[in-house]
Amino acid sequence: MQERVRLSDAQINRDLLRSIFETPKWYWFLVAFLGLVVLAGFTAAGYMFNQGLGVTGLNRPVMWGFFITNFVFWIGISHAGVMLSAILRLVQAEWRRPATRAAEVLTVFSLMTAMMMPLIHAGRPWRVMYWVFPYDFARGVYPNVRSALVWDPAAVFTYLTSSILFVFIALVPDIAVLRDRTTGWRHVMYSVLSLGWRGSVRQWKLQLIAGILLSAIILPIFVSVHSIVSWDFGTAMSVEGWHSTVFAPYFVIGAVHSGVSAVVTVMIALRWVFKWENYIRMEHLDALAKLLIVVATGWFYFFILEFIFGLYSLEGPEVALREMQVFQMPWTALFITFLLCAYFIPVPMWLIPKVRRSIPLMIFTTILVNIGMWLERFIIIVPGLARKQVFTFTWGGYTPSAVEIVIVIATFALVSMLVLLFAKVFPLIPIGDAKEGMILYDEIKIGKVMVPAVMREE
Amino acid sequence: MVNERVNHKWGMVVDIDRCTGCQACVVACQAENNIPLNTEAIFRQRRAIEWIHVERYWEGEFPDVKARFIPILCQHCENAPCEPVCPVYATYHNNQGMNVQVYNRCVGTRYCANNCSYQVRFFNYWEPVWPETLKNQLNPDVTVRSRGIMEKCSFDIQRLRKAEHVIEGQRGERITDENLREGNFLPACVQACPTTTLVFGDFNDPESQVSQMKEEHFVEGGRGYKLLEDLGTEPNVIYLKKVDIHAKTGVETHA
Repeated sequence: MQERVRLSDAQINRDLLRSIFETPKWYWFLVAFLGLVVLAGFTAAGYMFNQGLGVTGLNRPVMWGFFITNFVFWIGISHAGVMLSAILRLVQAEWRRPATRAAEVLTVFSLMTAMMMPLIHAGRPWRVMYWVFPYDFARGVYPNVRSALVWDPAAVFTYLTSSILFVFIALVPDIAVLRDRTTGWRHVMYSVLSLGWRGSVRQWKLQLIAGILLSAIILPIFVSVHSIVSWDFGTAMSVEGWHSTVFAPYFVIGAVHSGVSAVVTVMIALRWVFKWENYIRMEHLDALAKLLIVVATGWFYFFILEFIFGLYSLEGPEVALREMQVFQMPWTALFITFLLCAYFIPVPMWLIPKVRRSIPLMIFTTILVNIGMWLERFIIIVPGLARKQVFTFTWGGYTPSAVEIVIVIATFALVSMLVLLFAKVFPLIPIGDAKEGMILYDEIKIGKVMVPAVMREE
Repeated sequence: MVNERVNHKWGMVVDIDRCTGCQACVVACQAENNIPLNTEAIFRQRRAIEWIHVERYWEGEFPDVKARFIPILCQHCENAPCEPVCPVYATYHNNQGMNVQVYNRCVGTRYCANNCSYQVRFFNYWEPVWPETLKNQLNPDVTVRSRGIMEKCSFDIQRLRKAEHVIEGQRGERITDENLREGNFLPACVQACPTTTLVFGDFNDPESQVSQMKEEHFVEGGRGYKLLEDLGTEPNVIYLKKVDIHAKTGVETHA
């Protein structure tokens, strides 16, 4: 079922560039509000640098808490970009067109935000370059490559670089459109960024090849990033509930689950904010929700596996850990919320076609998924540390402090603000792609009815 | 004259049968190693720093419950889980069987503390402060750690280095139990222990008390065991089981 409207090129330009040339009043209010929240987050971080990590709720058994949870969460969100963009580009899924750029941009900004988390949570954040950069800085000590923590920044920064390239390559034709419609300093900026794009056949060909090549190259990076993040936990032999061999695929598919949900949330928000009803259509939400049913169920299978693998050992601390996760307050409440939010409410709802085509219900379910997935990481990280080994006298708990809560909220504001600001400078739906979709789209007559059809792209 | 560097393998034997839980080792360690004051507030935050701490645990099922004390310190594992996870080599194994912490390298990721099975790594959540009256008490041989870094038991490496310098370097003798004791080179906790629960020495020296205790007790059916031995961390600290006198004599404790 395709329910598209045939639009002229001029109409597409007008619609998709509206976010750049027209600024509604609420826009700057919203940006300013988000900016204030971000500022509060930076203030909290500055206070934390000044006073020491004592201002957090971390303590002796639980040395990692909200920050690492948030790190894993944002890395997870970042997996949406490649999942949607690269995979769907390679399999030539027609409905990907309006979603790709939003997904890629979300990837870039959430990766930046994610990487800030482990850096500010270090005890001496001004020294993290000794860990992040694989260089000895005249100390005679290279980073320890046996540590998963060294692989983290390597993987994340590789993914960030390739995602930025990916976004940029797709952006070049759109920037050229903007260059031709602006004056003054904007014109200069777009001229430089458009890299002399004239829209010749050779340029289009190169751009297409570059996009496909990058899609293929990014895929292994995409799998490796969250695998490596999961090894932060998987290689920690002393922590029950962390040292699970199933963590890498479990985290990757969980990341796709939360990432694709976040893209749906962002797409609905954009559709509403910029009035892109003709571009982000119900068929897109429908297709994404179907994809989500598959991904969520795959993720749920891994969740059950991980839980049962743990219990199967029947080790004392492992059983104590699961007991804490499931039967002790407040973890019981968190655990139930997590299960309901991440699987048991959204997936049955998505099975109903009406829900898949309803804007409020889709935004509700996808936000639920991300609440659930945030809790999932929290439930893995903290109880694991609080019930580490058989020494009951080292068992503990964790309560986040106001500083941590403010910083975590600020990361959400930061990503939203960056996406909004990006929408002010570059179109969030690829114009070239949208036009291509219009050209390839056709209606063929079968019997008495006109059926929408799409020519294959080659 | 000892010309070549002698190969030591420092280790400890903890005889729980002798431990009364008096906490003298804790206080001695606190004073020797410039550990910040553990106030009530710090304890409530669960951020107390005690390189050696005496833990109480319960043994047996009700009503046959017995309170036990166990002094816990860094086990200086041969196969330490904390070492490979540090991204900046702030903790590594030296050639004397010790797990050492390089404060200057530490960036404070706290990964090592997460991965330590014995929970004996301590993070400086706050900048350490001492009251004015205690400033002169600080030990000049030990670094005062700033906030944001990890610290743990060092087997009082400053004393061992001095022992090597004085005994091996200047006098040209081998380090033995006797000259360690005479020169005050034993770790502070060992010196302070009134019941000789803690015994420190060189496992590479067959004459040392720890080697002999290991030979006697760390055998099949002996009292010796290592903490969480099944994890394969190979600690350099050996514990000796409590002797249950009532179990031995068969006298019923509950009349």
